Amino acid sequence: MSAEIVATDRLACSYREGSVLEDISFTVAAGDYVGIVGPNGSGKSTLVQALLGLVPISAGSARLFGARCDGFSQWGRVGYLPQSLHLLNPIFPASVAETVGLGLLSLKKFPRRFTRHDRAIVDELLNELDIYDIRAKLIGELSGGQQQRVLLARALVNKPELLILDEPTAALDPETRERFYRMIADINRSRGVTVLLVTHDSGVIGQHASKMLYLDKRMLFYGSFDDFCHSAEMSNLFGEYSQHLMCHRH
Amino acid sequence: MNLIEILSYGFIQRALLAGTLIAVLCSVLGVFLVLRRLSLIGDGLAHVTFGSTAIALALKFYSAASLLVSLPIVLLASLGILKLTERGRLSGDAAIGIVSAVGISAGIMLASVGGGYNVDLLSYLFGNILSISYEEVLIAVALFCVVMLLLGLFFNDLLAVTFNEELARVSGVSTHLISAVLVMLTALSVVLAMKLVGIMLISSLLILPAVSALQLALSFRACIALAALQGCCSVVAGIFVSFVTNLPTSATIVLLNLFCFACACGLRRLITISRNKQVA
Repeated sequence: MSAEIVATDRLACSYREGSVLEDISFTVAAGDYVGIVGPNGSGKSTLVQALLGLVPISAGSARLFGARCDGFSQWGRVGYLPQSLHLLNPIFPASVAETVGLGLLSLKKFPRRFTRHDRAIVDELLNELDIYDIRAKLIGELSGGQQQRVLLARALVNKPELLILDEPTAALDPETRERFYRMIADINRSRGVTVLLVTHDSGVIGQHASKMLYLDKRMLFYGSFDDFCHSAEMSNLFGEYSQHLMCHRH
Repeated sequence: MNLIEILSYGFIQRALLAGTLIAVLCSVLGVFLVLRRLSLIGDGLAHVTFGSTAIALALKFYSAASLLVSLPIVLLASLGILKLTERGRLSGDAAIGIVSAVGISAGIMLASVGGGYNVDLLSYLFGNILSISYEEVLIAVALFCVVMLLLGLFFNDLLAVTFNEELARVSGVSTHLISAVLVMLTALSVVLAMKLVGIMLISSLLILPAVSALQLALSFRACIALAALQGCCSVVAGIFVSFVTNLPTSATIVLLNLFCFACACGLRRLITISRNKQVA
């Protein structure tokens, strides 16, 4: 049986404005590719932020690699890619190589110094993701697609077992978006990296993810994409035509 | 009077040594502060330094001894700004504004009550690096070593937190600790810089070299190096120019930094135009 990478039990999160997530229970096994979908304000980003310990959990529990998320410390096993537009300060003077290198900090102990070997690891990954040519460029000067590749490289440079991506394609054009999804699917298959990907594109993600988690403050569906397509509950929720459109692309 | 003669004066030697060290500190820290949108923290802490100096003078601590009173107060104020930002649902600029107002009003109140030391206190407003004492140089050297050592130890953590706090936390960096280190190092540097450029102009030494370097830097490390170089050159040039022309040193240093910033902006514009032409 595969190891449990993520496990939540009746997880709930609330802000001052009220409850954002309620009663979320699911598990993710090693090697899974889970697409987390749902409408705006459904709590998708809050869910991954709770898993990463970035927002407090108000009830229930969440575990990564068997350890509680609120005191989690094995960051070398996790790669995280937040929404790029919200992330980047356009005047930040870090080069691509410097930005990617920061991902190695999770493997270091104080004082966290970079070595020549670290620089070689960064260069190797930049080559692999086909962005070596822009290694000396400032991240603020790159196109949206290039920035996304650089941030993905940053999330992958520590060779994580779990990759969490929060709406990584929100600012990309359809062609770049599709290429990006293919790249993530390839990383999932070839490296065996478990993937949690938050997205609006419920149809597109179905082409790549092995599981779907449909969220609207509560978890409305969690299972394989095939089950999603044959679920009577989802037919009722979306209407048969919309469900067919989403599944047809699969 | 030639350069050798100017350099033979003890007060010039002390000003050059202390001034260079403080300029490097302020310029390097300034890059982190500007990028974290905390540029005005220097201004806020300078106002607290004004209040703490008033307390030191009221307690009869003069010159270098006044630093010993100012340092703990300004360090506490820097942590206060951080706490207000983190817990009080305040933005950084509002927190700085509150601490700044408390600092300056405490200084004015004490100056008004104390009466007799008004002139001493007001001399801190505009600074006078040429009157820096031997003891103050020793303190500057010691604090420079402490701040640079801490900066070296925490450099990559500071870079990660400055780039993005969320990502830094997911890389295992203690963002609260690193933010506290940054504001405390800034507090140390502000107390030191008070004598150099005065309370009114401290923030310019933190901001101007950093924003100039940001116009031209090709990497983060290059940005730090460029800012430190500008800070250093502006202090050395400012001391000589002000000595020869009999102008106020602190204002000369600030104006030279402003000139460098204008040049950096011009150069940046030229580079952009040239790149656009190449693309076309």
